[in-house]
Amino acid sequence: MTIKMRNLRVTTTIMAMAFVGLTTMSCKDGKKEDSSVTTDSEVSQEQASASTSDVQNPESQQVVADYMALKDALVATDEKAAVDAGKKLESTLKSFKLDSYTSDEQKELQEIVESATEHAEHIGRSDMAHQREHFQMLTKDVTDMVAITGTASTLYQQFCPMYGEGGAWLSMEKEIRNPYFGSKMMKCGEVQKEIN
Amino acid sequence: MKFLKPVVIILLVVFVGIQFVPTERNQTDAVFETDFLLVNNTPKNVAVILQTSCYDCHSNNTVYPWYNKIQPAAWFLEDHITEGKKELNFSEWDTYSNRRKNSKLKSIMSQIRNDEMPLFTYTLIHRDAILSDVEKQSIIEYMKSVQDSL
Repeated sequence: MTIKMRNLRVTTTIMAMAFVGLTTMSCKDGKKEDSSVTTDSEVSQEQASASTSDVQNPESQQVVADYMALKDALVATDEKAAVDAGKKLESTLKSFKLDSYTSDEQKELQEIVESATEHAEHIGRSDMAHQREHFQMLTKDVTDMVAITGTASTLYQQFCPMYGEGGAWLSMEKEIRNPYFGSKMMKCGEVQKEIN
Repeated sequence: MKFLKPVVIILLVVFVGIQFVPTERNQTDAVFETDFLLVNNTPKNVAVILQTSCYDCHSNNTVYPWYNKIQPAAWFLEDHITEGKKELNFSEWDTYSNRRKNSKLKSIMSQIRNDEMPLFTYTLIHRDAILSDVEKQSIIEYMKSVQDSL
């Protein structure tokens, strides 16, 4: 009996080690594959480029739309929905086309997109507290992006002084619904600016 | 005992075998002009804290512990370092845009404030990397000053 049990234990150890080894390897493989996931959005990018001469760049509009979905998830304090929205935004940002802008704008936009992508990626794999932290920084990126690309619909820049040193966000509606606190402090904030 | 012997042998073969799987060492003699401490001319007291508690995983130079010579520990470390450098690489600080520097600084301050960094699994062995409240405060204040200078 005891030999059997010892055998079992040793076998388990081997399996555990093999498992550790395999997972370490497969982790690395997984990371490499990550960069090729954007195929889906590359297709929509092709379609979108047809109308880039418009003032409102379709990709920046998609960024705003994804941002709003994320904001709503945070208002609802729905971590899972925020993860999904973060991933969606990340893929939209990765296919952002800069061609139709002046070289100065391109430089600025490239930095914005790079930074925003990083925040979106974090939001796609974090807990609510972290998601909100990155959302605050993401808001600055999206606000600066809209200043260059313009926006099809009116946006309201809103601000709640209670979050950190003060947290800003963008919304399609005038009414305050706080993404940093959700139901804990839904009404904290005021409209600072209308962006057209 | 009849069953035990082959199992032990297999175990040994696997253990010895994985020792031959190469890992990349995060070490270099190069001096990085883009290094955080160099670019910002960080005062010595803060620089020492950052080098002791952060640089092993957040720069292009790691001071490796002895067990990095043994698998699977080396894999574990390699993974941590790759991940750490992806998030923040002090050696390449000046290649970040001001926008990204700003968010990195914010994240550094919040991670330190909330005791999320340095990682518990790291300080478990690197006891000298544990930050005292005074050290935390001086890092946060310093990062704030760097942020203001951007």
